[in-house]
This record gives sequence, structure tokens and C-alpha cells, in this order.
Amino acid sequence: MALLTLTDLSVRFATNDAEVRAVTDVNLTVNAGDTLGIVGESGSGKSQLSFAIMGLLARNGRASGSVMFDGQQILNAPVKVLNRIRAEQIAMIFQDPMTSLNPYMRVADQMAEVLTLHKGMGKREAVAESVRMLDAVKIPDAKSRIRLYPHEFSGGMRQRVMIAMALLCRPKLLIADEPTTALDVTVQAQIMALLSDLQRDFGMAMILITHDLGVVAGSCERVAVMYGGRIRETGPVRPIFAEATHPYTQGLLDAIPRVDQEDEELRAIPGQPPNMSNPPPGCAFQPRCPYAREGCDSIDPPLEIFAPDRARACHAPVAEVLARRTTRHPDTDQPAAHPAAHPGAVADSAIPRGAVAGAGAAGTPTEGQP
Amino acid sequence: MTPLLDVRDLRVTFPIRPEGAMPWAKPLPLQAVAGVDFTLNPGETLGVVGESGCGKSTLARALIGLVPAAGQARWSDGQDLLALSARQMMKYRQDIQMVFQDPLASLNPRMTVGQIIAEPLTTHRPDLSRAEVKERARAMMDKVGLLPNQINRYPHEFSGGQCQRIGIARALIVEPKLIICDEPVSALDVSIQAQVINLLIRLQRDLGLSLVFIAHDLSVVKHISDRIMVLYLGKVMEIASSDDLYAAPQHPYTQALLSAVPVPDPTVETAKTIVPLAGDLPSPLNPPSGCVFRTRCPRAQARCAAEVPVLQGMDHQTACHFPGPLTEAEIAHARRREAA
Repeated sequence: MALLTLTDLSVRFATNDAEVRAVTDVNLTVNAGDTLGIVGESGSGKSQLSFAIMGLLARNGRASGSVMFDGQQILNAPVKVLNRIRAEQIAMIFQDPMTSLNPYMRVADQMAEVLTLHKGMGKREAVAESVRMLDAVKIPDAKSRIRLYPHEFSGGMRQRVMIAMALLCRPKLLIADEPTTALDVTVQAQIMALLSDLQRDFGMAMILITHDLGVVAGSCERVAVMYGGRIRETGPVRPIFAEATHPYTQGLLDAIPRVDQEDEELRAIPGQPPNMSNPPPGCAFQPRCPYAREGCDSIDPPLEIFAPDRARACHAPVAEVLARRTTRHPDTDQPAAHPAAHPGAVADSAIPRGAVAGAGAAGTPTEGQP
Repeated sequence: MTPLLDVRDLRVTFPIRPEGAMPWAKPLPLQAVAGVDFTLNPGETLGVVGESGCGKSTLARALIGLVPAAGQARWSDGQDLLALSARQMMKYRQDIQMVFQDPLASLNPRMTVGQIIAEPLTTHRPDLSRAEVKERARAMMDKVGLLPNQINRYPHEFSGGQCQRIGIARALIVEPKLIICDEPVSALDVSIQAQVINLLIRLQRDLGLSLVFIAHDLSVVKHISDRIMVLYLGKVMEIASSDDLYAAPQHPYTQALLSAVPVPDPTVETAKTIVPLAGDLPSPLNPPSGCVFRTRCPRAQARCAAEVPVLQGMDHQTACHFPGPLTEAEIAHARRREAA
């Protein structure tokens, strides 16, 4: 049964320069208990998609379309309705636990607050339940550590606190926005293992937003690849990783070095991600695509089902992409040298400065990790 | 072959006043880098990996003189770089350049790209004419894949990947022998990351450079490095050729680290066994006695607490009393300890 259904979900931001089309016509279904990975680079719209679901868009953002959760329309719903759903039904964890926890409050107080507010529990009962939840996320000595402040925990432990807090009301859906990006690999492995254990124990669905295809490979059943605000390919994880049918997915998989294989030269994707206040005409990936053909620069291909349970948005035939019959061979090392191709796109940062207030921390790969 | 750089017992100590200590309390020494030995050959890439706080960035900064360090770092001409004054170091700065992590923050926003790239040249080669400096800057832009006609633009007009190319151009313009790259691609998106890695590999081959490549992404380090050094709490755990280290890691820490790296292949990723590490990283203010890794090691024994292991071996060096692949039983034991 579909727990969450997105229909033609679009997100627009009004900025001084132009309208930024962060998300365009996204259609997605998440079933109860499922794990869906959403993969994309900075500016691909993956974080804004989740903010739109949760009603957390910045003030200049506008979402249209439909978000059905458990048979209820929640897109642009009044705050009163959303507040009953957020935390109780859908919970979210963010990339940087330090900025999502209140530094002035003891962990016990901020966790208990969730339960007193949403479940009407008394303080003592709420703290006891919080300790149980900290035990569930394997924080050693939870009973005494719940008295600590967030800064007294290590990065990995802080993320565990965030997860425990998100699970307090036993949500049906957990949205994890880059939950391990700021963590070291060994801690990342622990957190991902913990998330999948908890998901099994609590029977909840999860949307995992990440830029790391390795993380998706390990913990998701389905994956949606986003580029330029649209889903370009979606389906079960195994066939997509084995035989990517969208040029962008294929390019991404070719561009990552692998620790378990001897790889020759990396096949980089030439050029830069699109500037979504001034996207290229037609398919947003077309300026970087080795399979580009006539029509790609005028018609944005729709997401179409081409095999059971799999869909892609591309004009190039599946067979051609699978056989790697490319139409042009870009010098992978050189950036696509056409800054004049889209007038005004000199600064090709994906989103103009200030376009997405409050979203700075999300969606970007590890910055500031020593 | 004489090594380009021969580092012996490199130590960096920061005086730290522990949290909660009174302002007049005597600061404690924190050894960020605690006796690191390695050699670097001409034209070689040495990868440095380790988790946050293992001292890899401090090591990079010490080599270039950005933090004071003790020990020895002998350059190919026999000169100990750490013994030089700032003025004497100037001569060697030309030979050792650095590329930083945050591409935009490491470029002066008020200077044009041309000025940024040319600045090391005007410092180190005052004999060159202005026209020649500009010509070299343009040639260097071309070499790193930037359009020379963008020479008068400012850093904010470029994307992250292009800014990193500017940083690389600035490092290369004085024709150095060694470039220290501190997390050069970790702030970049996957598709752009591959562009910059390919660029670094190509430039290194063309120019015969040596690289010290620091990163936390083990897949990237494996791809680019000839040899890899694994650090933990400021100490070297293992140094080996890239192929050897990944095929047959000897130190339990290296094995745990490698097992945790996610692989973009669902079949491999769901089938693999992760070696869990017990607990958290100990405080570097109060490192464990003996082997610093023993508190989290699935193989630790009494000897590990008593004796500091020395780095042993010829090509494949390991600092462990009981090196060798972890057995099934040891991994199972570690998993039970993790679950408890």
C-alpha cells in the first residue's frame, strides 16, 4: 500500500535574479516499510523535495502538485495539520546534528519536549521513554548521558541522539537527509547499520537522501536519481546499478573510484551542473550528455516506464545507452568550454546565492571535514 | 634513488587547556602528529588516510611550515626543512606548494584569477617581466582546463570545480617538485570530483611531480596513490603500496577502515562483512599507553598496552604486535562486542 504518493510535485523559489526551478514534476511512491534512496548532486533538488513534503520550504519557496500521505493531502496544509503529522507520522533527520539540536538544552529536555507536546506525556514518563529510545540507538550508559548537552557527544553519538529523537513518536516514515555525510566511514557504517535495524524493528519506511551511491547500494531497495530538479531514472537498486539506462546515472557510476576494484582512468562527466535559475533548454543534462541527439535541446523528456517497475527520462534508446554507443566523445578531463551557451550563466553555481535560505547545510558533500 | 623528502620522527604538539580548566591552569600538550616517519620519492604519490582528528591535515601543514613541528624533514639536497627560518624556507617554498580543501575560501575574493595564479610567480620570480608573468598565467590556465580569456574574472564567478582548478594552477605556476593536496576534492560533487582527480593525475605524469594526497575518501586515495599511509591518533599504523594495502591489509585498523567503505554495487555492498570498531576515538590529550589503537582493536592483548609497536617491514610496513588478516572468529568477536 502506498504510504506516500507525490504527484507532479514542483518547487519554485522567487529570487531577485530569477525564478529558480528547484524541483519539477516529481512523481514518486513510497510503500509502507520501503527504503527509497534519492541520489543527486548539490542543487539537484533532492533536499528541497523533502522540505516540500515536510512543509519546511524557505519563505520564498512555493510548492505545487500533490503530496498524499496515508490518504491525506499534506502539501501546503495548514501548520496545525502539519504539526500533527510532522514528528508523529513523518520524522526527519538532517546532515549536521549539531545545528539541528538545541545547544542550550540538555538532551533529556529536548527529547522529552517531543513526547509532552505530541503524546501529552508527563515529564518523568517522557524522560524514561527517551532513555529507552537512546538505548535502542545503542548509546552506552543512556541513563546518565541523557543529562548531557549536545556538544558533549561525539559526532556519531550526536547523530544517534537525532535518530532517537526522530523515532520517539514511532513515525511511519523517516526522511534522512544526508545522515552520514559529515561522519567518518567507520561511524557511517555504524549509523547505516543502526538505521536499517531500527527500520526493521519499527517497521517504518525510509527516504534516504544522499549523494553517495555506495550508501544507497548498501541500504536501499529502490532508488530515484535526480538531476536538474527532475527524476531521471528510478527503479529497484540492483538493476539500476548493474545496468543504468540513463546517461547521467551511467556517468555517475563511471565517475566514482571503487575501493574493491582496479579502475583505470575515471570517466568524468564533462561540464558543470545546470544553473536552475537559467536551465539549459530541453533536457537539463543534454549539455553534458554523450548520447545527446536532435530534440534533446528542445524537448525535456518525460519520465516513462520502459520495463516493469523501471522508468527513465531520456530520448536516447535504452539499447544505445546500455551498449555505450555514444554520439560524441567529450574530452573527459576538460570542462565543457561553453560558458556563453546560456547567456547569464557565467557563474555556474547551481543555485544563486540566497535562493534557498536555510538549505545551505543540506545536500552538499562533506565540507569542513578535516 | 634519493628520496625527494625523508621525514623522520615528525611531531606537532599543540598546547591545549582542557575543557573546564581554569584560565591560569598550565596547558597540556596535545600531540596531533606523534612521530611520523616516511619517505617520498620523486614522481610518487603518497596518499594519507585516516579519520577526523588523526592528524593528517596537521601533517600537511607541518611539512610546508604552516605549523611549528619537531623532528626532521630532509629535502633531496640534504637540507632539513624543519630547521630553517621563515626567510631561509622561502627558497624551498617554490618547490613545495599546497592545494587546499575549500576551493572558494582559499582564493582571495578581491583578486582576479590572473592575479591569484600569478601571485606566487611575482613573489618567487621577481625577475620576470609583467608580460611574461601574464603569459605564463594564461598558459597555466589552459593547462588546468580553464579558459585563458577568463583571466580577468573573480573567483565568485566560477563553480567549485573551476575554483579548485584555479587553486591547482596557482600551486603549479612556480614549477614545484612537490604538491601537498589537503582534501582537494572532498568539497566537490561526484561528477566534478572525477574531473579534478583526472586533472591531478595527468599533470603529475606530465610534469613528474610528487604528490602528498590527503583525503578521508579511501576510494579516491586508492585511485590516485602509489603508496598509502594510514594514520590513527597522530601515528602511522601502516604504509604500503596502494595495491598491497587494499589487497592484503595487515593492521587491524586498516582492515576495519577498508571494510567500512561503501561500494557502489548492491551485490558486493550487501554481502560484505564490516569489522566494527569498539567505542569512540580516545582523546588525543590522553592517548592509550602502548599501541594507541588497542582500546578499539579486536585483537588487543596485554602486550599491546605495555609496548609501543614500531613500524616494521621493508616495503609493506606495519606498526602492530600481531599483524595479519583478521580471522572470522575475531570479526565475530568484534561484532558481539559491538552489539553488547
